[in-house]
Order: sequence, then structure tokens, then C-alpha cells
Amino acid sequence: MNSPDPAEQTQNPMSAMPALAHAASERKPGVASSVLQRIRDTQPRSSRLPDAVFRLLILLTAVSVFAIVVFVVVELVDKSRLSLHQFGLGFFFGHDWDPVNDQYGAMPFIYGTLVSSFLALLLAVPLSVGVAVYVTEMCPIRLRAIISFLVELLAAIPSVIYGLWAIFVLAPLLRDYVEPFLAKTLGWTGLFTGPMYGLGMLAAGIILAIMIVPIIASITREVLTAVPQNQREAVLALGATRWEMIRMGVLRNARIGIVGGVILGLGRALGETMAVTMVIGNRPEVAKSLFAPGYTMASVIANEFSEATGDLYLSALVEIGLALFIVTLIVNALARLLVWSITGGTAGRARA
Amino acid sequence: MLKKPGDASTLKLSLWRRAMNQAANAFAIGAAVLVIVPLMAIFVYLLIKGAGALNWAFLTQTPKPVGEAGGGMANAIVGSGVILGIASLVGIPMGIGCGIYLAEYGRGRFGDLVRFTADVLNGVPSIVIGIAVYSLIVLRQKHFSAFSGGIALSVMMIPTVARATEEMLLMVPNNVREAALGLGIPKWRTTLSISLRTASAGVITGCMLAFARVAGETAPLLFTAFGNQYWNKNPNQPTAALPLQIFTYAISPFDEWHKQAWAGALILIVMIVAAVAAVRITTSRGSLKGAS
Repeated sequence: MNSPDPAEQTQNPMSAMPALAHAASERKPGVASSVLQRIRDTQPRSSRLPDAVFRLLILLTAVSVFAIVVFVVVELVDKSRLSLHQFGLGFFFGHDWDPVNDQYGAMPFIYGTLVSSFLALLLAVPLSVGVAVYVTEMCPIRLRAIISFLVELLAAIPSVIYGLWAIFVLAPLLRDYVEPFLAKTLGWTGLFTGPMYGLGMLAAGIILAIMIVPIIASITREVLTAVPQNQREAVLALGATRWEMIRMGVLRNARIGIVGGVILGLGRALGETMAVTMVIGNRPEVAKSLFAPGYTMASVIANEFSEATGDLYLSALVEIGLALFIVTLIVNALARLLVWSITGGTAGRARA
Repeated sequence: MLKKPGDASTLKLSLWRRAMNQAANAFAIGAAVLVIVPLMAIFVYLLIKGAGALNWAFLTQTPKPVGEAGGGMANAIVGSGVILGIASLVGIPMGIGCGIYLAEYGRGRFGDLVRFTADVLNGVPSIVIGIAVYSLIVLRQKHFSAFSGGIALSVMMIPTVARATEEMLLMVPNNVREAALGLGIPKWRTTLSISLRTASAGVITGCMLAFARVAGETAPLLFTAFGNQYWNKNPNQPTAALPLQIFTYAISPFDEWHKQAWAGALILIVMIVAAVAAVRITTSRGSLKGAS
């Protein structure tokens, strides 16, 4: 029909469909797109105005999406100015969070966010990769759709319901069985000591892990599917077992994409609010033990924002939000670049 | 193999390899089971605890003060409906518009910029969007409202709807557009009545996914819709929402409220699963399958 525009191809290399000639004609009328241009030129003048209006409206929605993000940044910077000015960089290293005396340091929250997120990754990454490998390489075709659907369903459960379940089911389970066991066997590490409430850093890490498994698993699945079939056949032909085929032929080829999926999961874990707020215990302390209650950046905003009375208090909370925004922005941009480099832009969307 | 099958070293190696293979199989199956178990556990608990606390009063009455038995979440269910309605009214047209721009016009550098910002917006933690909408609307109006809650959720819907619309429009064959333009149909009409219509199944999927995603959102509502113990018919006033009510009740120390939280969670999940199931049905019928 018409030759694809090269610019189009770089944007969407995996798509097999022909380029949108009329879109290309907006910029550089070529041989192929000139047909559409001519069709357009023969149209009566009366239809040009509605077209222009339509185009303007559509452009307006696109601009407003851009404007929303700019607005969020401006608003966060503006509202946190007071705290930025007062504490400077020391804000992120201060250990005191004392609204009564107007002393604010974000260290306990940063620590809580990082520890709970990395704990979640530690648990979720092997599981998600395992599920993805099982679904793409091992399981019967009939099971494949069912398991994918169930994992997808896991992503559709609201955060607040995870939190509810964690408070009344997971936390008692941890308190009565898991934590005593961990204290007995791994207590010497210092990570599993102290009073066992059930609620605390460990519970937050576990619930976060459950929540990010679907994200990492679905991206890993897409990346694994993108590995060419002949890679598998080649390794198998050399006499490899199935595991060796998966390790050498599939996982090694897909590792960058998997890392992208993991970082995307990390982005979600860092910003997750409700479930964590409900189980982490909400105490601004840096404790080595995973049994101890903690606090995260997102939960302190959720708990204290609507009750923050002083200007400086509010400003400190917004600054935490700004830090959270910047970190998740970097993490997500990194993840998307990695995933795009593998699948060519079709899998970068997190369907949370 | 060069070595004889009975050779000891060959046997040892293949035993090790076989064991590794079996271990990998076991691990993958174990992982699949471990991922499915919490899902099952959550649904079983929701059904048992939620159904036990669910009754007619729960669906028709407003919350009772602490200590009094009974009462319900009727105001929160309706409030959630109002907030989600506002969110959909704003978010879906904006998202579809942005998707049309990306697919039909956005080939240049600005298109890439918008695509990138949509992805950024998708990754912004919901609580941060809550802060932004709080300072935009709530601070200016000086009171919480269902309206501001709806706006916060609509911001979260836009990127999902936009990227789904873009993907689906790009799947519409170009001859369809050419045919329409060749008949003298103006471009706006071609886009809306031909391209978008052809892609509608996938676009609807995107919208439903976005809806399901924000339906359970709690964090941005904490300081926009805020919650309300009473009936409120004015969308410009603090309004109860189902996820907010579940949150408040779950972290309260009262057994009666815990029961209500489970019942509310059951209602919420039924709403969301219904939306996801509706997505499955529409996409299995449409000619263009959704990306999910």
C-alpha cells in the first residue's frame, strides 16, 4: 500500500502494521502520503474548520496531560519551600520527627520505605520469575490462561483490601507462628528479635511482595515470550535439559527486561500507601529488627497530612511527597527504558 | 556422546543435571502455587467474613455511632458512585482525547513528550496526586469535596485510558481511514466515527481497567473527599467513599466496625471483579482484542 515512514518505525519497531500515512503527511509529504494529501485538498473548504477545531481540542487534551505533570511538580516544590528553606538537605538525614517542637527529619520514613520495598523485592522477584517461567515454559496450555488470569486478578485487588486482610489474617499468622519460628532459627542475625506484634516491617514487606508480584510477573512473562523460539530450540538441540535451556536460552536473553520489570515493581512498592500504612505499625523509628514497627514516606503523608496544623509541618510532609515523586520518577523512567529496549515499547505499560 | 553410557563420570553429571532440572521444575511450580495461595486466601476470607456481616441494613443505612450495633455503608456506596462518576466523566474523555492525539497526530517530538509524561503520571504514587489536588482545589475552596476526590481519581485514569486508546487506534488498518477520507468524510468524523469506532472494544477495555484501578483507590481520597458519616447529596461537600470507610473501620479498635469493614470490602471487590469480567466479555466479542 504505502511505504512505512522511517520515523514511524523507530517509534514502534515491533508493530507490523503499515505506517499511518496521513499522520506522516503532516510533516513530510512523500510519494505515498501525497495520495491522502490530494484527497484532503479536494475536500470542500467548509470541512476544514471543523477539522481544525477538532485538532485543537485533541491537542488541548494532550497538552493538559503534560500540564498536569508540570503542575504537580510546581505545586509540590512551591508547598515544600518552607521546609526546604528551613532544613535544607539535613531534612533527609534528621532522625527526629517531632511536630510538637516543629523539628522534622525524614530519615525514619526513608529507611522504612527502602527496607520494606527491598524486603518485598527479595520475596517477590524469585516468585514472579518462577511463575513467569512456569507459565511460559512449563505449564500445559490450558492452565496458562487460567494462571495468567489469576495473577492479573491479584493486581485488581485494591490496596485497602490487602491491608484489611493483612491486619486480620496475615498479622496474627506472623505473630503466632512465623515470627517465633524466625526468632528461634535466625534470631542470631539481629534481624528477627524483640517483641512480636505481627504488625511491623516484616508484615509490610510481605504484603508489598504479594502486591508487586503481578507487575513483575506480567512483564517477565511478556519479555520471556519475546525471546525467539529458535534460541530455545538451539539450546535444546545441544542436549540441554529443560532447566539448562531456560537458564541459558531464555533467562540470559531476557535478563535486561526482567530487571526492568523488577524496577517497575520497585516503583510501585515505594509509592504504595494504604496496605503498608495499615500494617507497618506507624512508629517513626529506625530499628534493625524486622519485627519492630516502622513508618514509610507514603504512610506518614496518609496519616498526618489532613491533621497537620502548622505551616512548617505541612511543608515538611509535602517535601516528603516531593522526594517520593522524584524517586519514583527516576525508578519508573529507568524501568521503562529497560523494558522498551527488549520488547520495543509494547510492554512498558504497568497494568496495575 | 563420546563416552560410553555406563561411564561413571557421565552418569554422575547427568544425575546432577537431572536433579537440577527437577529442582527447577519444583521451584517454578512452587512459585506458581505460592502466588495463587494468597489470592485464594483473600477471596475466601472476603467471602466468609464479608458475607457474614452483610445484610440489608448494611446496604441501606448510614453508619451508627460507636457502640451501637447495626448501621451500614449506604452513604459510602453512593458516595463512591458519585466520586467515580465524576472521575470517569473527566478522565475518560481526557484520556481518549490524549490517546487520539498520540495515535493520529502525535508523531513528532511533542508526541513523544506527551507519551513520556503519560507514563510518568502512571507511575506517580497516588498519595502524591492527592497532595497536588489538595493544594489545587481543597486549599482554594477551603473545604473537602466529592468533586476534588473525583478530579484526583480522574488524573489517575487518564494515562491508562490514553495509552490503551493509542494502542488500539494504531491497530486500525490504514485502508479503513483512507476509505473514509476517500468518500469525502472530514478527518474529525473519520477519527471519531470510523477509527475510534473500529477500535472501540479495546478502548472500552482500557477504560474499564482504569476504572477498576481507581475504584479501590483510597490514598488520594484521604484529603480530597475526606469521608463523611452522614448522607451528603452535594458533591461540593465532604463525601464518604467505600475504600475510605473500609480503611477507617479496619484500623479502628471496634469488633463491630471490623465486621463492617469486611462487608464493605466484599462489596468493593464484587464491583471491581464485575468490571474486570465485563472487560473480558467485551474484548472476547470485539474484533480488535485488548492488550491485556
